[in-house]
Amino acid sequence: MSIQLHAHARAFPIGATILQVEDVSLRFGGVKALTKISFDVREHEVRAIIGPNGAGKSSMLNVINGVYRPQEGTLSFRGSKLEGMTPRRAAHMGISRTFQNIALFKGMSVLDNIMAGRNLRMHASFLEVAFRLPRALREENENRDKVEEIIEFLEIEHIRKTPVGRLPYGLQKRVELGRALAAEPKILLLDEPMAGMNIEEKQDMCRFVLDVNDHYGTTVVLIEHDMGVVMDISDRVVVLDYGKKIGDGSPDEVRADQNVIDAYLGVAH
Amino acid sequence: MGFQFFMEVLIGGLLSGVMYALVALGFVLIYKASGVFNFAQGAMVFFAALSFVGFMELGLPFWAALLVTIGVMVLLGMATERFVLRPLVNQSEITLLMATIGLTFVIEGVAQLVWGVGVRRLDLGIKDVPLPWLADKTGIFISQLDVFAAVVAGILVATLALLFAKTDIGRALRAVADDHAAALSIGIPLKRIWALVWAIAGIVALVAGMLWGARSGVQFALVFVALKALPVLIIGGFTSVPGVIVAGLIVGAAEKMAEVYVGPKFGGGIESWFPYALAILFLLIRPEGLFGEKIIRRV
Amino acid sequence: MFYREAGQFRTSYAQDTQIFPLRQDRLAMMALLAAAFIAVPLFASDYWLRALLIPWLIFSLVALGQNILTGYAGQLSLGSAGFMAVGAFACYNFMLRVDGMPFLVALVLSGLCAAAVGMAFGLPSLRIRGLYLAVATLAAQFFIVWALDKFAWFKNNDPSGVITAQPMKILGYSFASPQAKYILVLAIVAGLALLAKNMARGATGRSWMAVRDMDVAAEVMGLPLMRTKLQAFAISSFYCGVGGALFAFAYLGTVEPSAFTIDLSFRILFMIIIGGVGTILGSFLGAAFILLLPILLSVLFHAVFGKIVDASVTSSVELIVFGSLIIVFLIVEPHGLARLWQVTKERLRLWPFPH
Repeated sequence: MSIQLHAHARAFPIGATILQVEDVSLRFGGVKALTKISFDVREHEVRAIIGPNGAGKSSMLNVINGVYRPQEGTLSFRGSKLEGMTPRRAAHMGISRTFQNIALFKGMSVLDNIMAGRNLRMHASFLEVAFRLPRALREENENRDKVEEIIEFLEIEHIRKTPVGRLPYGLQKRVELGRALAAEPKILLLDEPMAGMNIEEKQDMCRFVLDVNDHYGTTVVLIEHDMGVVMDISDRVVVLDYGKKIGDGSPDEVRADQNVIDAYLGVAH
Repeated sequence: MGFQFFMEVLIGGLLSGVMYALVALGFVLIYKASGVFNFAQGAMVFFAALSFVGFMELGLPFWAALLVTIGVMVLLGMATERFVLRPLVNQSEITLLMATIGLTFVIEGVAQLVWGVGVRRLDLGIKDVPLPWLADKTGIFISQLDVFAAVVAGILVATLALLFAKTDIGRALRAVADDHAAALSIGIPLKRIWALVWAIAGIVALVAGMLWGARSGVQFALVFVALKALPVLIIGGFTSVPGVIVAGLIVGAAEKMAEVYVGPKFGGGIESWFPYALAILFLLIRPEGLFGEKIIRRV
Repeated sequence: MFYREAGQFRTSYAQDTQIFPLRQDRLAMMALLAAAFIAVPLFASDYWLRALLIPWLIFSLVALGQNILTGYAGQLSLGSAGFMAVGAFACYNFMLRVDGMPFLVALVLSGLCAAAVGMAFGLPSLRIRGLYLAVATLAAQFFIVWALDKFAWFKNNDPSGVITAQPMKILGYSFASPQAKYILVLAIVAGLALLAKNMARGATGRSWMAVRDMDVAAEVMGLPLMRTKLQAFAISSFYCGVGGALFAFAYLGTVEPSAFTIDLSFRILFMIIIGGVGTILGSFLGAAFILLLPILLSVLFHAVFGKIVDASVTSSVELIVFGSLIIVFLIVEPHGLARLWQVTKERLRLWPFPH
C-alpha cells in the first residue's frame, strides 16, 4: 500500500521539540514494562512507536498521558519539566488519546460521544443546563457546530444518532478518533488506530490522520503494527522491544537498522 | 466495668464474629467459583434453617431432616445456577447483583409460603447457658451454645480452607474462579464444579442457619444477618477464606465493643451501622480487603 | 401511517435535540398533561387520587433520583430510602422550628439537606466502585435511620417516635383535599422531571454517562471524576429528599424513621430496573409497576380464590412474583419497560408496514 503524501509543502513545517521523554522507567511489581526510554517528539510531526507485542508501547502512551506514573524519568512539555502527570492534566494541556481496545461510551450515541469530548470547553453548571439558561444553550449550539465539523470530516454523518455499541469495529475506531479530535488537541496519541481494519478502512484512517496533521498542525504520536502504514505516514519512528528503545530515526533508517530487523524476526537474545 | 466484663464482651464479640464469618463464607465460595456476588445467601441461610426445622416438625428424625435439607439446598443452588446465573452469564456485576437481590425475594416468598410465618425454635441439644467451669474459675460468663457454634463454624471454615488450598478439587475450584474459559480448556468439568460449589455453599448456609437459629430462633430477621456479612466480606476480601475468618473476628469484636463502650452515649443501637462504617474505612485504605486480590485495571 | 415523521424537518440544533422531536409526540404529551392537570382531578375518585396517583407520582420522583445516580451515573446505591427519610424529617423540622416558613421553601431546603447528606455518603465513590459502593450506601441507609431514631430532637422529642406532618400551605391556601394535594404533587414532580430530562440530555447527562460507561476514558478527556460523581449523588439525593418530604406531607401524613427500610430501598431499585435504567420515562413506568403489582395480585387472588386466602399467602406470592419479575426482566429486557415502549413506538412508525 502506498500513499502519495507530503508531495506539497507542509502547511505546518515540523518545529521544535514539543514533548521530551527522558529516562522513563515503568515497573508493575516485578515486570519491567519500560526501561530508561528517552526520545523526543517535534511539533507538527507524525511520530510512530513500533515494536513487537508486549514491547511496552501502550505503556509508553499511558505514561505520556498520565494514566501510569513512571518510577523513574521525566516528561517535559515545550521545555518545562512536568511534575506528576495525571490524565486530567494531560487533557488540560491539550493531549488527547485513543485506546487500543476502544474506550467509547457504549451507552451513548456517536454525537454524544464526540460532544463529550468537548467537555473542557463547556462551563455551564448543571443548574444552567437544567433550566436551559442562555449560556448553556449557547454553549451546546457552539460546540455542536464544531462537532458537526468533525463528523463531516470523518464522514460519519449517517450514524450520528446511532448508539456506538451497535457500530461495526472500524466505525467505532473512527468515532473514537472523532472524540479525541473534539478536544482540538495539540498532541494526539493514537493506540493502534488501524488494528482490525481492512485495506479500505486503513486507507481512510490514514487519510484522516494525515489530514488532521496537515490542516490543524496536530502533532501525532501513533502506535501501529502495519509497517506499510508506518513507513508511509510517519516522519520519524521509535522502536521498542522488551521495554527498551532499540531504534530511533526516519522510517528508512529504522527499516535498515539490524537491531530492529533482529527484534522483528526474533533472533535469539 | 471490670476486666471480666471486658473479656465477656470481647469473647462474645469474637464468637459472634465466627458466626458472621460462617455466613460470609457462603458468599466467598460462590464468588470464588463464579465471580457472582450472591446476595441471596442470607435468604438461603434462612430457608435452610426453616426447612430443617420444618422437616423435623413433620416427624423426620434429626439426621434424616439434615440430609433432606441438604438435598433441598443443593437443588436450590443448582436451580439458581441454571435459571438465574446462566442466562445472565456475560452481564455486568451490577446486573448479576440485582438478579440475586430478586432471587432473595423469591426465596423469602417461597419460604413463607411453604413453611409459614412465625418464629420457630431450633433445639440442637446444647443449652444457651454459661459455661460452668469458666464462670466458676474466672467469673466470666460465656454461653456454651456460643462456644459450640464457634467451634463448629471454625472447623467448617478450616476444612474448607484446607480443601481449597490442598486438594485437587480445591485447585480445580480456584482455576474455575480465576478464568472459566481457561479452566474449560484444560478439561475441568465446569458444570460439575459449579454444582459442587453450590452444594457446599448450601451446606454452609444450612450449618450457619442451624447455629444462628439455635441462638436466636428461626425467624425472618435471619435474612438480615446476611447484610451483616457484607462488611466482613469487604474487610476480608471477597475471595479469601482465611480473610473471611479474620474479618469476621474483627467485625464481631469491634461491633460488640462499640456497642457496649460507645453505644450508651447515643442510646445504643450502634451495631446496626458500625460494621459498615468500619468497612468503609477499610475500603478507603485498602480497597481490596485485607486478603483480597489487588485489582489492576488495564487500559 | 399516522405516526410518522415525513414532512417534519429539523433545521436547527435546538430542534434536533428537543425532548419530543416528532410533532405527534408533542401533541400527545400536551394532551396527557392537560388530562393530568384538568381531567383527573375533576373525574378521579378520592381513593384513586389518595391511594394510587399521589404515591405513584411521589415514587416516580424518588425513582428519578435513583435513576440519576444508578442509571445515568452508574453509581450503584442502596440508600435511597435513607435520603427520603432525611428529606421528610428535614421538611418537618423546618416547618416546625422556623416561624412562617413557606412550604415550598421548606421543600427545597429539605432537598438540599438530603443532597448534603448524599454527598457525604457519596465520598467513598471516589475510591470504590460497584459492589463495594453499594455496601457503602447501605451504611448510609442504616446510619440515617438510626440517627433519626436515636436523636429525639429530629422527632421534636415526641415519645411515640412518630411525627405528624404539618398542613401544606402556599400563600395562605391550604392544600388539604386529595385534589389539591394531587395537583401540587403533580406540578412539583412534572417540574422536577423536566429539569431532570434537560440535565440528562445536556452536558450534565453526558458527563454522568461517560463516568458510568468508561471512567478512565472520561478522565483522560478531562472530565472531573470527583466533581461529577459527587454532583450525581447530590442531585439524586435532592430528588429523593423532596420525594421523601412529599411522602410524609402529601401521602402518609405521619411518619417514623423505621418506615424508610432497606426493603424500600430495594423496591426503589427494582422500580428503575423494571422501568428502565438510565431513562426518565422508566422511572414513571417502574414506579407504576411496583405500586400496582400488589394491588393487581390481591385483586387476582380475590377473583380466583375468593376470601379464603389470608394476607401472609398473598404477601408471599407478591414476594415471589416481584423477585421473579426482576430476574425475568434482567434476562429478557434489561433496559426495562422504557425500551419496550420505545420498540413499540418504532413499530408504530412503520405501521402498517412490517419493516
